[in-house]
Amino acid sequence: MNTAHTHGGAPQASLMDSKIIISALGAAFTKLDPRVMIRNPVMFVVEAVAVLTTVLFFKDLAIGGTGLGFSFQIILWLWFTLLFANFAEAVAEGRGKAQAMSLRKTRTETQAKLLSGASGRDYNVVPGTQLKVGDVVLVEAGDIIPSDGEVVEGVASVNEAAITGESAPVIRESGGDRSAVTGGTQVLSDWIRVRITAAPGSTFIDRMIALVEGASRQKTPNEIALNILLAGLTLIFIIAVATIPSFTAYAGGAIPITALVALFVTLIPTTIGALLSAIGIAGMDRLVRFNVLAMSGRAVEAAGDVDTLLLDKTGTITLGNRQATAFRPVSGVSEQELADAAQLASLADETPEGRSIVVLAKEKYGIRSRDMTELHATFVPFTAQTRMSGVDLGGSSIRKGAVDSILASLSAADPVARGGAAQALKPSVSLEQARELQAISDEIAMAGGTPLAVSRGGRLLGVVQLKDIVKGGIRERFAELRRMGIRTVMITGDNPMTAAAIAAEAGVDDFLAQATPEDKLQLIRSEQAQGKLVAMCGDGTNDAPALAQADVGVAMNTGTVAAREAGNMVDLDSDPTKLIEIVEIGKQLLMTRGSLTTFSIANDVAKYFAIIPAIFAGIYPQLSILNIMGLATPESAILSAIIFNALIIIALIPLALRGVKYRAVGAGPLLRRNLLVYGLGGIAIPFIGIKAIDLAISAIGLA
Amino acid sequence: MTINGWIQILIFCAIVVALVKPLGWYMMRVFNGEPTFLSPILHPVETILYRLSGTSEREEQHWLTYTFAMLAFNLLGFVVLYALQRFQAVLPYNPMGMSAVAPDLAFNTAVSFMTNTNWQNYGGESTMSYLVQMAGLTVQNFVSAATGIAIAVALIRGFSRTSARSVGNFWADMTRATLYVLLPLCVVLTLLYVSRGVPQTLSAYIDARTLEGARQTIAVGPVASQLAIKLLGTNGGGFFNANSAHPFENPDAFSNLLQMVSIFAIGAALTNVFGRMVGDQRQGWAILGAMGLIFFVGVLVAYWAEAAGNPLVHALGVDGGNMEGKEVRFGTAMSALFAVVTTAASCGAVNAMHSSFMPLGGMIPLINMELGEIVIGGVGAGLYGMLLFVVLTMFVAGLMVGRTPEYLGKKIEAKDVKMAILAILCLPLAMLGFTALAVVMPTGLASIGNPGPHGFSEVLYAYVSGAANNGSAFGSLSGNTLWYNLTIGVAMLMGRFLVIAPALAIAGSMAAKKTVPTSAGTFPTHGGLFIGLLVGVILIVGGLTFFPALALGPIVEHLSMIAGQTFSAGG
Repeated sequence: MNTAHTHGGAPQASLMDSKIIISALGAAFTKLDPRVMIRNPVMFVVEAVAVLTTVLFFKDLAIGGTGLGFSFQIILWLWFTLLFANFAEAVAEGRGKAQAMSLRKTRTETQAKLLSGASGRDYNVVPGTQLKVGDVVLVEAGDIIPSDGEVVEGVASVNEAAITGESAPVIRESGGDRSAVTGGTQVLSDWIRVRITAAPGSTFIDRMIALVEGASRQKTPNEIALNILLAGLTLIFIIAVATIPSFTAYAGGAIPITALVALFVTLIPTTIGALLSAIGIAGMDRLVRFNVLAMSGRAVEAAGDVDTLLLDKTGTITLGNRQATAFRPVSGVSEQELADAAQLASLADETPEGRSIVVLAKEKYGIRSRDMTELHATFVPFTAQTRMSGVDLGGSSIRKGAVDSILASLSAADPVARGGAAQALKPSVSLEQARELQAISDEIAMAGGTPLAVSRGGRLLGVVQLKDIVKGGIRERFAELRRMGIRTVMITGDNPMTAAAIAAEAGVDDFLAQATPEDKLQLIRSEQAQGKLVAMCGDGTNDAPALAQADVGVAMNTGTVAAREAGNMVDLDSDPTKLIEIVEIGKQLLMTRGSLTTFSIANDVAKYFAIIPAIFAGIYPQLSILNIMGLATPESAILSAIIFNALIIIALIPLALRGVKYRAVGAGPLLRRNLLVYGLGGIAIPFIGIKAIDLAISAIGLA
Repeated sequence: MTINGWIQILIFCAIVVALVKPLGWYMMRVFNGEPTFLSPILHPVETILYRLSGTSEREEQHWLTYTFAMLAFNLLGFVVLYALQRFQAVLPYNPMGMSAVAPDLAFNTAVSFMTNTNWQNYGGESTMSYLVQMAGLTVQNFVSAATGIAIAVALIRGFSRTSARSVGNFWADMTRATLYVLLPLCVVLTLLYVSRGVPQTLSAYIDARTLEGARQTIAVGPVASQLAIKLLGTNGGGFFNANSAHPFENPDAFSNLLQMVSIFAIGAALTNVFGRMVGDQRQGWAILGAMGLIFFVGVLVAYWAEAAGNPLVHALGVDGGNMEGKEVRFGTAMSALFAVVTTAASCGAVNAMHSSFMPLGGMIPLINMELGEIVIGGVGAGLYGMLLFVVLTMFVAGLMVGRTPEYLGKKIEAKDVKMAILAILCLPLAMLGFTALAVVMPTGLASIGNPGPHGFSEVLYAYVSGAANNGSAFGSLSGNTLWYNLTIGVAMLMGRFLVIAPALAIAGSMAAKKTVPTSAGTFPTHGGLFIGLLVGVILIVGGLTFFPALALGPIVEHLSMIAGQTFSAGG
């Protein structure tokens, strides 16, 4: 499925869309409501001291205090700090809101054709919102599917552009793994009966809207823990600052309350406090831009922690289809003969494997593709019983199929073989031939291929080697994952030999061959028992238990309702390779949080050096030696610190929304780099910033 | 600073580092209940003790049970010690006829010894009977140290166990710490001190006639035995008021070295016990490395300040380092080193008067204690205090590798952060909070010995020392008043139990967690990067809180000194 328009197309320009900015400006003020503010302890405390100092300012104004201009500026910047924090959150939310808006447009009021009986075609037209879970509706070409449901009968092509942004229609049919339909999508051809599975208001699109809007946003466990830490640090700085008046009283001096408030607000971790929720929202948003819906923020965090990735071989590691790569005749048969028979058998075979045989025979031996009707051939399709397909051509029949099936058919078709033990000495397949065939098959399997035996008129000709084509660049991706510390496990129904060869070629760390859904579940459980976090993707109903068990279960949008319910993420593009990006987005979210927390705390060093000499210099002039930045006056020092503290929030909004870039270089180098940038940078940048602001405000005479 | 001074400092460091592995190995075996060379003698004693107290070494405790056992034991210790002091006049072994200790002083002293602080608002030789010294103070010296070790071991188990409900058995840990670690080492150390001339007697003080013919009473007593545990258990409560500056309590350079090494030995080796128990000794070395880094910088500044001396004194034509309040037999290097060692660990024994240190020299002990004495620290207390900072550090920075924070495979979650921050929070609360009250209250101000910033430092030092459970004093403050006895007592309780309880809660929480296997994506916690980060977080989170107070105390005093400004009484 082409997803380029959603990946590359997620326009970076919209990071700061002017429409979003304008509505965020308004929201910055409405979010000052203390009932909203209390969700963020650090900023709530800032608001409390801002209100307090504002009240004191008006009192001073009334009785005519001194230094009012300075106090006014400090108070102004306190409010700016709050507004900037709110603005950051509003911008992050705004981007989601814009997406929700476009989703809402698709959720137009639909009419549903509610069937009165399960089988008949009589229906009443009712509004889509009145449908209950379990109702069965008829959806015909041109109709909008009224609500989420499961196809119980019929097959139809459906345009799911409303949710995926992908205009190419997809097939939805009853039974199998492509039975889920989403409300708001449109049936283009044919008709289906759909059993409704979602109650009104809780459909997939409703949930999507709620998610991207952030309305149902719950704080994630790590976010809660970080909030506790920030609140704790705030308490520590309350102690540190609240004791100062008493210390200075001992020394025989007094410090104006606005200066103390400025010291306090600059010391507490306002930078991360202001940006924390924006980081979380932006993380979810990045996933949405990637056409992945996380059902909870917890799932996104878990993605960053994933230790083991379970990947289905087909479609993820290899191209969906196997291709013929060689003809391997048994002795006494020429390659040409085998190729000819194989091509004939595949002429009417529309499967990709069949086509690849026709193409290979043509390319390698110049055997032109022939017309079935000219040959008077009849196609014998593949059935689960025979596990063979082929053509009947005149008198002889050509068959291709699994090695054991062909062998079985040759023995069975042979009247001699059916006769009894005495005549078994002359089978149509000699023991040597069978042994040779087995040897070739094993060799192919060992190389990661699948052998396909071919017979003509009861005579064994040889084997077509089908090979899984490992996706280009996938090996590098796995190497990258290994550097991230993530183990990849390939899941396949192939036999262990084939699986091992493909695993080696693709560079996965481990594989699970001949895997049943139970095996998958078992593997997840055993990994989790070792304390590992497991991510997987799946689409079928039989994947549902494993999806539910995995810490990160990505359900394909094309999958069944059961799978979609079981997973904690849904990939709208149904691209299993995306697991890798999902992990990266999770890591990026956590890294951004950590980096900005570190930055915020490291900032305190410079702020101390700006404000401590400024507030104590009046009492002990010697302490002005601590003014290592050489800030102009005590007032300008305090003002510069608080201005820096406010502006840094604005400056970091783009980083919070975009996220710190993740590099798959292993934890050590990654940590070194981030520590250098956000740790040491966090110590150094405020020294420079505060000095620059001080120069500016002294130049224009603010303090 | 001299080469000689640095050589002595390096010799000290080398001995401590050399002891880490053997002592760590021994203690690991002891606390895992594995046999050691002392088991044949001590195990029967151990078994009898368990049987008498109705427990078994195989009985495991949930962290809450462990905490209650610890609290109950400490409460009992407090009550006994308080009673002994109040009734010492009527109890035996009181040859000098000491009278009952006043209630507030008895409270302060009982809390002080129970919490391993050994803050002394009294002069030992003029206040306490031999019975109180031996059965009260020395017993607490052992068990308070053993309590600290037990808590540390419980926390280590929290990190080393997987999906476990229990963190060990407090009674077994206590007993083992005392029987297998403290007692044998003390026996050896006591004999070594006696060999250097430290008295060990139960007879009364000696009346002597000086050369001039004056009569002098020379205080003696069971000094060597108390000295051994005072240092080994990082208690610090001196037999004599002058503590390890007294010639009978610290006769020569060798005893001085031995004392410093014993202060650090167990605390440093516990990092190795940690490393061994979590299955990677490098983890222990990394923690010791972070401690060592802070320690080394502290020694550098303190020694530099003391060796440089006072410019105001130099102006009077007296050259050399600052020798005020120092013993000539130790000099500036060993006095500065001792001061840093005793405050890095929560010992509080002193061989020089910290109050007489240069302002910056005296600031180092203050900073060491303000950080919560996590540099080696009190036996056990240093390690669990440091691990609390590690939890915080890993939470802040662990995210930077793109995983939710974890340490040694244990995820750090909301309740762990809550507990760590609670423990770290209580220190500035007690230290700065009480100082802020004392420096504006007449009753607090009345005890201050020197005017100006130095007087401020005296008060700050008292509460910092109390809350950090150090017990060393900044000299000139008269602490034996109702106000200081009570408030420092409360500060000691806060600094001890408001750290221990959260630490044990974290132990319980960690033990219950699964251990996530390490991978290439895991934050490596055994390298220089981790050490640097840990030190950074300690200094910024733990240290910067005190910057305003330090600025108004030692820093301004130092700057004034350079400027030639002095502060006169009443000025």
